[in-house]
Amino acid sequence: MWNYEKRLQYPVKITQTNPQIAQIIITQYGGPDGELGASMRYLSQRYTTPYKEVAGLLTDVGTEELAHLEMICAIVYQLTKDLTPEEIQRSGFDKYYVDHTLGLYPQAASGTAWTASYIQSKGDPITDLHEDLAAEQKARTTYDNILRLVKDPEVCDPIRFLREREIVHYQRFGECLRIVQDNLDSENFFAFNPSFDA
Amino acid sequence: MNNQPNRREMLNTINELSFSVLDIQLFLDTHPCDEDALAYFQECSNARNQALKEYAQYYGPLTIDTATASCSERWSWINDPWPWQEGGC
Repeated sequence: MWNYEKRLQYPVKITQTNPQIAQIIITQYGGPDGELGASMRYLSQRYTTPYKEVAGLLTDVGTEELAHLEMICAIVYQLTKDLTPEEIQRSGFDKYYVDHTLGLYPQAASGTAWTASYIQSKGDPITDLHEDLAAEQKARTTYDNILRLVKDPEVCDPIRFLREREIVHYQRFGECLRIVQDNLDSENFFAFNPSFDA
Repeated sequence: MNNQPNRREMLNTINELSFSVLDIQLFLDTHPCDEDALAYFQECSNARNQALKEYAQYYGPLTIDTATASCSERWSWINDPWPWQEGGC
């Protein structure tokens, strides 16, 4: 069960449209290391984990990722608001526009649609947490790459906020991994799968 | 109307308190017995709930649980701008 809050997690107020940069930032909506995949990954993995701390964190981080994809969508929406056909053609936004007009669609910067093959839910807490730690770093690198291309401070500000959250999530998932390992045989963490064999 | 609190300031307060609540929530998930963190969570969570109620009285509900706090004869949930729109939250 979820409740909606009618506010963004961090404000997005962009006054200058920029469809070229929107096409890059949309990758954090539906790209391989984007927020949609992040949310689906954690919310899928949580059901079979036998540890309450891990189930709690996957639920709460998976929920926060939904707020992040809303921020990314708000950024893309504001960067492409009220564009004219001329602006669309000049900026190279025409290839997106022909399929989606100015609607929000989860895709990578390359134009590839979001797919569940970006994520894994393996049913083994050690395996899943390593995927999660890697995912947070991949998202952080993507935000670093975006920040090298974007100069508008109104866009950089919320992107920096999102980048910092990746680092906090990485720390928390690291703590989860330690909790899981503390519950296993320290001579051989992989002797059995606590989600399946226990 | 002069004693009506500033909308942007109220929103900033809600955003800051909500961020504190969420960040300490994640910390508590992996440190469930940390007494300082628990006390900080209580403090921020109470202040957030109060701020959400006050906001709803003046500017409409941000959550469905505060929809009754805004005294309106109409369904106010859809009235104010959505968060991604100009003038939204």
